[in-house]
Amino acid sequence: MFSIYCPHCCEYREEEEFHAIGEAHIARPVDPDALTDAEWASYLYIRKNPRGLHHEQWVHAIGCRKFFNITRDTVSYEIKETYKIGEAPAFVA
Amino acid sequence: MTQKNRLSSSKNRGRINYKKPLTFTYGKKTYSGYEGDTVASALLANGVDIVGRSFKYSRPRGIVAAGAEEPNAILQMGATEATQVPNVRATQQELFDGLVCRATNGWPSEDFDLMSYVGKVGGNIMSPGFYYKTFMYPQSMWKNYEKVIRKAAGFGRAPQEPDPDVYDHIHRHCDVLIVGAGPSGLAAAAALAGTDLRVVIADEQSEFGGSLLHSSELIDEQYPQMWVERICTQLREAGNIVCLPRSTVNGYHDHNFLTIHERCSDHLADQASHQVRQRMHRVRAQWVILATGAHERPLVFSNNDVPGSLIASAVSTYINRYAVIPGQSLVLLTTNDYAYQTAIDWFNAGREVVAIVDTRTNPQGVRVQRVRELGINIITGSGVINILGRQRVNAVEVAKLDEVGEKIIGQVQTLNCDTVASSGGWSPVIHLSCHTGSRPIWDENILGFLPGETIQQQLTAGGVNGCYGLKDCLQQGYDAACDALEKLGCKDTPKPSFNKVEDIAEEPAMALFHIPHSEPTSRAPKQFVDLQNDVTAAGVEMATREGFESIEHVKRYTALGFGTDQGKLGNINGMAITAKSLNKSIPETGTTIFRPNYTPITFGAIAGRHCGELFDPKRYTAMHQWHIENGAKFEAVGQWMRPWYYPKLGESMQQALNRECVAARTSVGILDASTLGKIDIQGSDAREFLGRVYTNAWEKLAVGKCRYGLMCGEDGMVFDDGVTSCLGENHFLMTTTTGGAARVLEWLELYHQTEWSDLDVYFTSVTDHWATMTISGPNSRKLLAELTEDINLEKDNFKFMDWRSGTVAGIPARVYRISFTGELSYEINVQANYGLFVWEQLMEAGEKYNITPYGTEAMHILRAEKGFIITGQDTDGSVHPYDLNMAWAVNMKKTFSFIGKRGMAREDCIRPDRKQLVGLKTKDLECVIPEGSQAVNDPNQAIPMDMLGHITSSYWSENLGHSIAMGYIKGGINRIGETVYYPQTDGCVIEAEICSPVFLDEAGERQHV
Amino acid sequence: MFDKNLEKNTIAMMDLLPDASVNARAESPLAHLDQFHSHTNIDTDSISLQEKPFLGHLLLRGNADNTAFKDAIKKVLLCELPKTLACIYTNELSICWVSPDEWLILCEGDKAYKLEKKLREALVGHYSLCNISGGQTVLVLSGHHAHDVLMKSTSYDVADCSFPIGKAVTTTLAKSQAIICRKDKTTWELIVRRSFADYIWHYLHDASSEFK
Repeated sequence: MFSIYCPHCCEYREEEEFHAIGEAHIARPVDPDALTDAEWASYLYIRKNPRGLHHEQWVHAIGCRKFFNITRDTVSYEIKETYKIGEAPAFVA
Repeated sequence: MTQKNRLSSSKNRGRINYKKPLTFTYGKKTYSGYEGDTVASALLANGVDIVGRSFKYSRPRGIVAAGAEEPNAILQMGATEATQVPNVRATQQELFDGLVCRATNGWPSEDFDLMSYVGKVGGNIMSPGFYYKTFMYPQSMWKNYEKVIRKAAGFGRAPQEPDPDVYDHIHRHCDVLIVGAGPSGLAAAAALAGTDLRVVIADEQSEFGGSLLHSSELIDEQYPQMWVERICTQLREAGNIVCLPRSTVNGYHDHNFLTIHERCSDHLADQASHQVRQRMHRVRAQWVILATGAHERPLVFSNNDVPGSLIASAVSTYINRYAVIPGQSLVLLTTNDYAYQTAIDWFNAGREVVAIVDTRTNPQGVRVQRVRELGINIITGSGVINILGRQRVNAVEVAKLDEVGEKIIGQVQTLNCDTVASSGGWSPVIHLSCHTGSRPIWDENILGFLPGETIQQQLTAGGVNGCYGLKDCLQQGYDAACDALEKLGCKDTPKPSFNKVEDIAEEPAMALFHIPHSEPTSRAPKQFVDLQNDVTAAGVEMATREGFESIEHVKRYTALGFGTDQGKLGNINGMAITAKSLNKSIPETGTTIFRPNYTPITFGAIAGRHCGELFDPKRYTAMHQWHIENGAKFEAVGQWMRPWYYPKLGESMQQALNRECVAARTSVGILDASTLGKIDIQGSDAREFLGRVYTNAWEKLAVGKCRYGLMCGEDGMVFDDGVTSCLGENHFLMTTTTGGAARVLEWLELYHQTEWSDLDVYFTSVTDHWATMTISGPNSRKLLAELTEDINLEKDNFKFMDWRSGTVAGIPARVYRISFTGELSYEINVQANYGLFVWEQLMEAGEKYNITPYGTEAMHILRAEKGFIITGQDTDGSVHPYDLNMAWAVNMKKTFSFIGKRGMAREDCIRPDRKQLVGLKTKDLECVIPEGSQAVNDPNQAIPMDMLGHITSSYWSENLGHSIAMGYIKGGINRIGETVYYPQTDGCVIEAEICSPVFLDEAGERQHV
Repeated sequence: MFDKNLEKNTIAMMDLLPDASVNARAESPLAHLDQFHSHTNIDTDSISLQEKPFLGHLLLRGNADNTAFKDAIKKVLLCELPKTLACIYTNELSICWVSPDEWLILCEGDKAYKLEKKLREALVGHYSLCNISGGQTVLVLSGHHAHDVLMKSTSYDVADCSFPIGKAVTTTLAKSQAIICRKDKTTWELIVRRSFADYIWHYLHDASSEFK
């Protein structure tokens, strides 16, 4: 059970208030129709699954309902930081 | 019944209340004990040697330990069927008056056990992997073998009746959680008492003190029990400390989240009256101090499992804490100084110490000297290589060992005794430190594993660090508390709670785990490593011989450390034997790690209050009470309880459905549609936003109009649908499926917050705010007209797919002329507090039309007659709008590339042979195809047949007089009129014609009347 | 009367309460429990659970950094919007922070429409205002064991140091959720969704049983 700092509520909350969405920083292509099937598939399905630091998108579902990002170590489960959508992570692999 | 092994009160400083005798039942007999006893100490006091039969070989087994590490004395408890609890450790269960328990193992009884003969005969053939090897073939027979094997093994059983007790959860947040209230834990807690910190201290035993409860080492020149009492008083009075005795910290999870299993009333009675029986504390701690102590390791030697063979410290505990001496004459086998205390305790209790057998050649420590002064015989450089006796120890065989303890080098002598205590040193209780993934580290000095590195905010103190001297344990506890204080930003340094502590110097222990026999291990009498799982030294060696070299594989092949035991006593010995037989060191061999839970917990504690009616939330609409009073049968849709159908007296379900469906097409039916998800959308970009998330166009939807929309994922697959109404130029009301409401709202927020935050739009859930009732059928306009004066219902004014506001039965309402039945329909929405009132008015006014409430099942039939889909039933996340033949709901010309557009244009999505949704009409009009049936072209084709697609919706239509079905067929839209076949599990085949899914009113005239 | 200018609507707004002349019965989400008899009969000093039904619930969305938005709000509500995780009680209103751009305003039921109108008259630019009075209800949990009952019901830390008076938190409550506001030392207001109210009521009753 993670303890997650919500950057909008500005305090730590229990994991049960959150949903994990998936890998962070995957922007929707500006012109989807210009992409090949392979490029579109890559946007839709290809994910990093790293061992170590990972940027993930979460939502404070039972709380402020805001989406935000987490930098998490997938080995130790340590959460290095949480940051708002549009912000850059301080920790990168 | 006399307690033949009970020491008299004058001789003992223990925790027994001699003034409070208790009676209990073990098996078929009644025994007595005292308040303060555990079931184990009371059984030992009564001279009960055998408490069960072993798992595989059915050997008689006795009590070995005095705490959580006990592998044998696992009991079935409970005086009644409803209060049965399996797998209770006798060493942890406090005695109460009237307690009823029996041995878990042993069939038909633990004293006469049928399986022991199998064990005896089969002895040497019951090797590791025996079951895998023997009962493998034929595979189909395994189910039969298993029944017999399981019964014979005996694992306890769950009650057959509902548990009458109440279980509870509680959430705790603290600055420091101290795990264990032995010397280190108490010293830590004492240092934190009276500070600003929130502290929780938990210990699995009935009272705080741990080893101090049976120790005689002095603290500040007093017996340690006095110190414990003083500290406990201090903690109780401090105000910042929550003390939890009888509370096992069972799991250590990420980010310092720990679970504590508290037994609130297990020690009082068979059933808790008017109070909580067990409570699960869910704790989030800033810092955790693990003061979990250590377990003594038994030594592995032949027949070391015979009743009367215990670990040394347990013997001391029984004597000093419980005033029970588990035998008449003792042989102590040790590799270290500390265990000598057991001989001293035994001697002081007035019974005979036959000999101490020390594997070391020249022990000279302080305790050794004390024993010498008592005149006790010490046999050095030797080991007990075998126990004689079956039901109870009656002698031991002792032999000289070589210097490293690998070989026997002298004559074997036999010593008569009835009790053997053994000590191979101590293993730190590192279980919790492993739960978060930290790998333990072998320490050559303490001959044990220590907690490994961790990212948790975790401190350790005392035995868990391999620190065993009392003075050091207290000091480490105190230091850990100071550390925690500093880390939490407190500046003051507390005073230690102890000054002068007796410090007994010890000589190094010998690294010996397995005492050799004159025969090689494979031929020697069984030498048990893991008593609970009947794993022997020979078995471990065989596993390595057969190629299981990884310790994880050895564990699984032999079952070492399985079950409720989790390797508390046997793990290290097992690893040492594995290492030796692989010719590796222990660190090279590695260790398995421990997972939660530390000891078994009850399902009750896991469930807490979330059981029975409170198992899962049930959501109700404003009209729910009416549905109950009018005999509705309910169906759970998500968490909503929706009326399924309303049977009249004597009606079958099908009869009720037929009646409800006919009413909605011939007069008027009424449906509680409040559960549909409703999202209020406001903002000047609301229209633009809708165009991006729906597949169709929204630019031109005028105020006062409604439109149906399909919502797809980026992959182009349909995931929700519903009608959205334009309430104002900047104001829309979206409806979603009942089950999809939360998901759709999150979906909208996701895109708004992360992709299109430049759009001015806000979404608000109003699902619960509106009570929604749909009246449907040719008389619905007439009915509504009777209840409204201010809405013009003229068909040219208030058209199909329009909405209007006004009052219905005097209540302000929004009325939507939309239809899921294909009939003339009005969806009336009022503020939910008035929902029941308006519903009742509709029922009253509708009486003359024989208004008929219908449930979700009739709704499903009515919409299927019209070929309307239900997302989630007729879609499964793998179909796009074209598969549904709903091209009319997609606008490819929209400027913005809406969600799903690119996805549904993928190569795979434009294949002509995709499965497409069509209608299916059975040749036998009466026959309803079971949902899920697979279509084939040729029912005579050999298996595996080519499958074309499955039936998603299938009903009897009373209105049409024949069955109707919807389903997928490969390329089905171009196969209208063709025949397909649905083979059934019973061998029959249903023949059906592919048709349009719109079975009724294909022109759609009825909804426009 | 409602239809006339429908097509000119920017926002649809309507008073959802019937005219006083209409003899209509409103039922709160917990009306079926007969709560004012056997169900609430708990010692008030120790633990008490009551429904505060029929309040006006308005959900306001807007940009808290927008001065025009803030000024308009202040003009109508006569107070600033509460900051992160706070709730404000005035004579006539209570206002809870829900998220950085979302606030819940509670008022007397029959004042909700008037308040919505006043706010809409004052507000300009992008905002949203939604009357959700039918969709929620308020439970008042009080007594010196209220804190213990909450500890059994929510994973949020309800101790004084983490949950002072005047704090409002949206969090889990049993297997559902609520906005929990601390009104005073021993009084907590739980704002719950209508459809979950029955479940939450029964859960809290069960969790209170030790203290009755």
